[in-house]
Amino acid sequence: MTELRAIGVAKRFGGIRALDGVDFHVRGGELVAVCGENGAGKSTLMKILAGIHRPDAGQLEMDGVRIELESVRSAQSHGIALIHQELELCDNLTVAENVGLGDEPRHFAFVDRRRLEETARLALTRLGLEIDPRTPLGDLTIGHRQMVEIAKALARRARVLILDEPTSSLSRAEADRLFDVLDGLRDEGTAIVYISHRLSEIRRLADRVVVLRDGQLAGTLDHDEIEVDRLLTLMIGEPLEAHVRDASRRSGDEAALSLENVSTSSWPRATVSFSVAHGEVLGIAGLVGAGRTELLRAIFGIDTREGVVRVDGVAVPTARPRAMQRAGVAFLPEDRKFEGLLLEASVLDNLTLSALPRWSRFGFVDRTACARAAAEIVDELRIKCDYFERPVGELSGGNQQKVVLGKALLQDPNVLLLDEPTRGIDVGAKQEIWTRIRGLADQGLAVVFVSSEFEELTALADRVAVLSRGNLVAMLSHAELDETTLLDLAAGSRIRA
Amino acid sequence: MNSQSARSSHARSLGDKKVLGIAIVFLLVCALTALASDRFLTLHNIANLLRRSALFGVLSLGAAWVIVTGGIDLSIGSVVCLSGCLLPWLVVDQAMSTPIAVLLVLTIAAGIGLAHGLLVARLGLQPFLVTLCGLLLYRGAARVIVDDQTVGFGIGHMTLRGIATSSFDVLGLAVPAPFFLLIGLSFVTFVLWQRTVFGRWLFALGRNETAARFSGVPTKRLVASSYVICAMLAAVGGMLFVLDVNGAQPTDFGNFFELYAIAGAVLGGCALRGGEGSVLGLLIGAALMQVLRNAIRLVDALPNQAEYAILGLVILGGVLIDEAVRRIAKRRTAR
Repeated sequence: MTELRAIGVAKRFGGIRALDGVDFHVRGGELVAVCGENGAGKSTLMKILAGIHRPDAGQLEMDGVRIELESVRSAQSHGIALIHQELELCDNLTVAENVGLGDEPRHFAFVDRRRLEETARLALTRLGLEIDPRTPLGDLTIGHRQMVEIAKALARRARVLILDEPTSSLSRAEADRLFDVLDGLRDEGTAIVYISHRLSEIRRLADRVVVLRDGQLAGTLDHDEIEVDRLLTLMIGEPLEAHVRDASRRSGDEAALSLENVSTSSWPRATVSFSVAHGEVLGIAGLVGAGRTELLRAIFGIDTREGVVRVDGVAVPTARPRAMQRAGVAFLPEDRKFEGLLLEASVLDNLTLSALPRWSRFGFVDRTACARAAAEIVDELRIKCDYFERPVGELSGGNQQKVVLGKALLQDPNVLLLDEPTRGIDVGAKQEIWTRIRGLADQGLAVVFVSSEFEELTALADRVAVLSRGNLVAMLSHAELDETTLLDLAAGSRIRA
Repeated sequence: MNSQSARSSHARSLGDKKVLGIAIVFLLVCALTALASDRFLTLHNIANLLRRSALFGVLSLGAAWVIVTGGIDLSIGSVVCLSGCLLPWLVVDQAMSTPIAVLLVLTIAAGIGLAHGLLVARLGLQPFLVTLCGLLLYRGAARVIVDDQTVGFGIGHMTLRGIATSSFDVLGLAVPAPFFLLIGLSFVTFVLWQRTVFGRWLFALGRNETAARFSGVPTKRLVASSYVICAMLAAVGGMLFVLDVNGAQPTDFGNFFELYAIAGAVLGGCALRGGEGSVLGLLIGAALMQVLRNAIRLVDALPNQAEYAILGLVILGGVLIDEAVRRIAKRRTAR
């Protein structure tokens, strides 16, 4: 039976010890979840198993025989496949071409298309998927693309499948489907390593959870032992306070932000009206594609909009980010790497980017004032960075997200628009950001945030607006919030005014 | 306060290392040339080199403005041609007053740059294509305007020509006037890049235009203005060139100058993907190009016919060293 084992692997990057003598194993027919905060060493361990990094110390064994993984290709030849968080597929090729990429069946120098498509079809059928292998990949949903990536691994006879946060961009239905597929593969004897931040998934899937902390093994829990508290304690070393929401707090009545019949280019026929008071937190829920992100972007003036947006009672005529910022609105985009940060630029440059005019006279930047303000926000948000000039891309996901939040806060806004404020970051940083957002509301900011996580909606929102196909179908108070209602409303099977 | 100073006082950034690298290459080439030819370190040759470097430095400065936004301007040579032909044509053939002629040329260049900028920023066309069309268009326009005739100032207009031809004595070395002009323009660029909101935003959008736009940076306006500045600096360069050599033939005046300008900027550390660049580096890069051309002419072992081949090899070498520096730096900070 398949058994992949890592013995005492260690890896350093510069002065940072990413992994420090970790033992790990996974057997065929078993799904092992790997947990840990960002920077705990999960990704490094996975990359070592997949042949991307070579360990500084320790060794790898496959079925009891020592192996050296020099490259992704040599890992593949041992039957190990890594499925990346960011899918590594080519949109312009067909499904079959993607499945066979780099390993095309040949007929002399030519690609044997029939065999290529046959291999892809077989792999897809094994996943219970009926997709024509000749479909261009670009036409598939994210969920289906994920399946294609798994099919690609299967077509290469992968015996060990490593998945790095596979559900981060999947809808609930797509995620459920993936879980069924993983169950099936496990029963067929595939060894599966599963990295995730989501505790519910881990409980649903894992036979065993391995928790890493600061590059070391913090502990292992068997399926029956998996409980939120125990897991969190292992991950962060200390128990967490529960919800951060203070239900006794009342919001003011003055509208900080109000929308009147606002429509976006993605749902031009649907109009949305609501207003948010100072000190109030409004959550926006809905399925992927319901127009939540588009609504925030339209409010902030990134996309064109129809209708009226008022900030503190004054209509902002031009839909431009700069005009909205001047009116006191700050925006945190959904995708921090591509929309939120200049990854190669320093922490300082990123933090101060939006609010530079605040510290300038006649266009000249007062760099001392600039650095002082940035230093304050770094301390306030507890951003872990040793020096300001460090490229922000080298920080962990949670700290990167804090930088994006810091950039918005340095504008000293009255209204904060947040799109998935804690997406893909670890539990500790998530709690910190939640506490921070509630604190900002207590100081009188109006907060509007989009979230796909029910937990986040309940933790933060005073009210939740539910969008379905661009329409505002319900406005729920915190007391009315419950997961089933929300899903029903979002799916459009129930309408409530 | 304490933590702040600890955070900012860190080792040199990658940009400084790149400037150091190009400076070392520059000194090395100078030293080797001086060893191989006793004509290199003469006062006359140095003054001449300073003049050539200053003229091309102005063009590299312009190219860098566009390169830091992640764009490219291939029309620099043709703008040099157009402005270099227009100035004598306006002043001599059309008897226009000199200040008005200079202003007119600069205005035309600004219009050209604005057209590039709007096509790139508003319509989202690729800079390569837009300015490639410009490359053909402006040289063609220059040839039509002066009817393929060589234009020049003849023996007159010595005061005007003095802007390019005169020099000032500094410790026995005749430092040409354009050199001081370049220093001035470089200083202004340096201040704009490093100290103003405009400059910081320009570099930000070069790194990640989407993130900059989402952060409230008026990206379109900034991109357009960088093309305007580039074209205007090209026009300044073009006028200086024609004042210097006193003659422009529109079929070949300014040929390939965009490549010298871009190569100088890239050798000096401006990354073509945008967001990186240093004024000092690009000045050394532009000077390196001229020293190399000079060396090929002076050193007998290097055949003149090999000029382009040698330049190509050196630029490739510079880019390789740059990549090596980047990889070493990355390995050190990788996580």
